[in-house]
Amino acid sequence: MLEFDWGVIWKYREALWDGMLTSLQLFAIALAGGIFFGTLLALARLAPWKLVSVPAAGFVNLIRSIPFIMAIFWFYFLTPMIVSKFTGQQGEAVGPFTSAVVAFIMVESAYYSEIVRAGIQSIPRGQPAAAYALGLNYWQSMGQVVLPQAFRNMLPVMLTQAVILFQDTSLVYVVALKDFLGAASKAGQLTGRIVELYIFVAVVFFILCFLASHAVKRLQARLAVGR
Amino acid sequence: MDWKVLLEQAPSGGMTYLGWLWSGLFWTLAVSLCAWVIAFSVGSVVGVARTVPLRVPRAIATAYVELFRNIPLLVQMFLWYFVMPEVVPKAWGDWLKQDMPNLLTLPFAAQFSLWEFTAAVLCLGLYTASRVAEQVRSGIQSLSVGQTNAGLAMGLTLPQVYRHVTLPMAYRIVIPPMTSEFLTIFKNSSTALTIGVLELTAQSRQISEYTFKTFEAFTAATLIYIVITMTVIFAMRALESRVAVPGYIAQGGGR
Repeated sequence: MLEFDWGVIWKYREALWDGMLTSLQLFAIALAGGIFFGTLLALARLAPWKLVSVPAAGFVNLIRSIPFIMAIFWFYFLTPMIVSKFTGQQGEAVGPFTSAVVAFIMVESAYYSEIVRAGIQSIPRGQPAAAYALGLNYWQSMGQVVLPQAFRNMLPVMLTQAVILFQDTSLVYVVALKDFLGAASKAGQLTGRIVELYIFVAVVFFILCFLASHAVKRLQARLAVGR
Repeated sequence: MDWKVLLEQAPSGGMTYLGWLWSGLFWTLAVSLCAWVIAFSVGSVVGVARTVPLRVPRAIATAYVELFRNIPLLVQMFLWYFVMPEVVPKAWGDWLKQDMPNLLTLPFAAQFSLWEFTAAVLCLGLYTASRVAEQVRSGIQSLSVGQTNAGLAMGLTLPQVYRHVTLPMAYRIVIPPMTSEFLTIFKNSSTALTIGVLELTAQSRQISEYTFKTFEAFTAATLIYIVITMTVIFAMRALESRVAVPGYIAQGGGR
């Protein structure tokens, strides 16, 4: 058994806090981007035109059948290449954080599109039919009739996925980005105190995700009553 | 595009780069399937425990699920691999880290020891168990209470009710969500690369580092993952239709 030295956490509080900020930043951008592009992907998959729905379905199924880490590697490799092709600049133009952000938005939009699709499909056909009968066009019926109801139904699942997304941000460790886990790992290597630091990371993640998932459960119960 | 690079001799292991990919596939399957055995058995016990009318087992099972679901898998991987050997008595920790046999002697030569493999399997298995437990629980709770009561009224004991009435129904109902957990375990096994297990994703990255043919290496690994996914989906569909409960229309499929 070794002696614990929890002081190391206080000593590296700034690095750990910076790491947590990076994690939260990545989380927020990926969440917003994932929901936005996920909704577009879901609409594309449900569109009556094969030219739109087939590629969308292909993208979603492709992303969903490879590991998250593999997707991170892919976009880490592709993003700088594509950006330099369009801007003519060399690879330096895109930093590791941007690549990670692109990877997370792409993967999360695939996951969220499945949630949104299920949400849209849970709305009775009569709703869009009634909207069309009232003279609304496709975008109006989607934006003002179908999606508001669908989002309300999906809210608990989306928030649960958000908690999973927050946990998944730790995967950027594989491209050596200093998120919360990466910062702890770095501090652990410098001090030889990985045990304390990894336990600390686990405890922090546990508290945050536990509280968040319980808040989601309570919200779910309240929404269920409202229906 | 230069696919022939995969047929070139790799710098280690006495095989081609394609051989590295096969070796990676072998370890992805080995880690995932071993972990699934743990996940399914532990998850079933925990899932059942969450539904029994006894307070203590239920509290323990709930605590298990909350604990394993609210810590990122990657962090759990580090806890098993780095932290566990340090907090157990020193002799055990040293044994884990140093005396576990190297896996070089096994087929599909791997440059990591049995400890890395064991840590990955334990971590992935116990993590997935918490998710399997939730599926088992929701399967059991989707049955009407009348089934359990009828079983008890017929004089069966509670374990007998679970064995002969509840579980045979519950398992069949949860096949579709269980399929996606099973798919997830193959994908999550890539997390093991962070503790040195050379599974498929790790091998494809290694090939890209050695040959600079990143596109080819990643595409090859991606295709293999797609094949795994399709195989699992086909197998589970076959299983589903084999054990389908008469009178249920695609139960659980619409989730």
